[in-house]
Amino acid sequence: MSDSKIPTSLSSGVSRRAMLAGSAALTAALFAPKMLLAKDYPTAAVNTTGLAVTDDTVTVGILHSVTGTMAISETGSVQAEKLAIEQINAMGGVLGRKIEFIQEDGASDWPTFAEKAKKLLVNDKVASVMGCWTSASRKAVLPVFEQYNGFLYYPTFYEGLEQSPNVIYTGQEATQQIIAGLDWVAETKGAETFFLLGSDYIWPRTSNKIARKHIENFLGKKVVGEEYYPLGHTQFNSVINKIRLRKPDVIYAIVVGGSNVAFYKQLKAAGIDMTKEKPLLLTISVTEDEIRGIGGENIEGAYACMKYFQSLDNENNLAFVKAFKEMWGSDIVIGDVTQAAYLGPWLWKAAVEKAGSFDVDKVRAASPGIELTSAPEGYVKVHENHHLWSKTRVGLAKADGQYEVVFETPDLVEPDPFPKGYQ
Amino acid sequence: MFDGYSSSELVAIFAMQGFAGLILFSVFVLMALGLAIIFGQMGVINMAHGEFMILGAYVTYLTSIVFADYAPAFFEIYFFIAMALAFVVSGALGLLVEWAMIRHLYRRPLDTLLATWGLSLILQQIFRSVFGAREVGVTIPDWIMGSLPLTDFIEVPINGVFVMVLAISISLAVYFMMFRSAWGMQVRAINQNRVMAGATGINTEWTDRLTFGIGCGVAGVAGSAFTMIGSTGPTAGQLYIVDTFLVVVFGGAGSLVGTIASALSISQAQSVLEFFLSGSMAKVLTLLTVVGILMVRPQGLFALKLRK
Repeated sequence: MSDSKIPTSLSSGVSRRAMLAGSAALTAALFAPKMLLAKDYPTAAVNTTGLAVTDDTVTVGILHSVTGTMAISETGSVQAEKLAIEQINAMGGVLGRKIEFIQEDGASDWPTFAEKAKKLLVNDKVASVMGCWTSASRKAVLPVFEQYNGFLYYPTFYEGLEQSPNVIYTGQEATQQIIAGLDWVAETKGAETFFLLGSDYIWPRTSNKIARKHIENFLGKKVVGEEYYPLGHTQFNSVINKIRLRKPDVIYAIVVGGSNVAFYKQLKAAGIDMTKEKPLLLTISVTEDEIRGIGGENIEGAYACMKYFQSLDNENNLAFVKAFKEMWGSDIVIGDVTQAAYLGPWLWKAAVEKAGSFDVDKVRAASPGIELTSAPEGYVKVHENHHLWSKTRVGLAKADGQYEVVFETPDLVEPDPFPKGYQ
Repeated sequence: MFDGYSSSELVAIFAMQGFAGLILFSVFVLMALGLAIIFGQMGVINMAHGEFMILGAYVTYLTSIVFADYAPAFFEIYFFIAMALAFVVSGALGLLVEWAMIRHLYRRPLDTLLATWGLSLILQQIFRSVFGAREVGVTIPDWIMGSLPLTDFIEVPINGVFVMVLAISISLAVYFMMFRSAWGMQVRAINQNRVMAGATGINTEWTDRLTFGIGCGVAGVAGSAFTMIGSTGPTAGQLYIVDTFLVVVFGGAGSLVGTIASALSISQAQSVLEFFLSGSMAKVLTLLTVVGILMVRPQGLFALKLRK
């Protein structure tokens, strides 16, 4: 599934790395000659469709849930997007214009998301929107974005099977998150049997479907159980007994939300020790954010398959983590989606400057091929299908709530939202 | 599905599954007792029941932090103190809510439903503002999180045993308060005929307040215990509220025995079904059965015979 033919262009890498990492004043000084000035890009020329662009500012929207049940997850994305906007402004903005943002609250309610999306696009005329988290909220706003030709940066890893001209997906689609992890566990851990488990809605079901196809058809291994529990389910003793009965090598868990906490606490209390080799647990739904609720001591020894971990040891990520903690507090943790949300404003800025215009149609045309050479997760590039090329990594959960990276795909993994052979 | 398993393995699995059912039963009893006291004895539909539970969970969280920082030597036993504090704090809030809100709405059951629902939203937002939108991790002493290996195959989770013992103790305590104490007799008298009870000199206002407070306090203890098995976040109370109402309504409002019988039957049905079907289907079948039985017996399993 991976492809090494990506040109790892480093021509702009140095400046980009410094931009992302360095202190803003220093960066601005260093790269002053390269800074784009608003007067070189007259508003009438860069904004032909009546967006909220003035000679000094451009307005974007932030649309996440800060109240309701999804606030747990979406808070990190809001923080990351605000950080990116602040950093971009500190180094001169986009086409010489400062980014201002209007934040709306989706309130964990999908019709509210659609309503607020319409408000941002029709009343506020925002140039782009960073937002949404759950697939349900994305599906709710999609018709609005397509009708009013808005442009959305969507941060969450999700089930795929979608490719809208009005969305850039900065998280992984399902195959990017699933396949490399299964290959790794089969190759290095000799796993033969898998028990699939998930919360009962579209993302875990689609993901497990892809996982099952891959396990059975491509790896030639066996799935010994597949189970779904309603969202918010808090009693997992029955499924834990089933796991004991089937004795799988791998528990493949896609449990989400508050259920997560119940599942891992009960798994530990039932005496299933994940620090032993068998059964080992592989999850694609637990980031550092979720571990805070679960408790590191309750999930120690589990493996997670993501593209980003807070513990990634490269200078871009160290600078990102430092800036994030300076802005939002030292006890904060950063999960996979938070990093993907951070990419949104940067990708938009790059696309706007490549297009030399804020017009959505031009930004869309400019987006494929946009690359960030020094994102916290490393090099990423926008694919023709509006998803990102990115690496897949496996992390080992430690008692302090952080992951230790134990595997990383050598090449970028191509996004494939409509995977053949997995439908 | 049982091919290739020895009979001893099967026995072990069924023993463990039976035990899982008992744990579920205890969880249901703990959840439902506080609500059953309030709903059954006062006719107040307390939609904020889940939030009183989560208040107890947050009290446990704070207690764990205080003990970890100031008295690490006693960390192993902080949980008992946390439960007592949870009772006091949730109970005190219950008294306050009764005084400020509920007592004005006694003859308007639908209004109490709306008012307590509003209260639940307010409490959720307060939790979110104070503790943050993210879930907090409550550190549980190691001895509770382990398991007791009975045989090679059967392992009994200690937190399950803990929840069971707690459920039995609280049920007994509520039973004695309700049926062996002066307060209990007054509560039952008011439930049967408020005006007559008042005429015989029972302070109905104070008894109501105390009943509401005790119901909320019991919810707080349940929430405190659930930090062992579930999540603690601003909206986590919502995870429990549906099951709680199900148990209380199915058991027959007003009957504590009914609540326990209903918790037992729902938990065992769900646990057995979960083993043979997927979790979602088990839930569907359980709910369908409950709906069916309630259609035949709208008053629930056990109903007090009252002269209306």
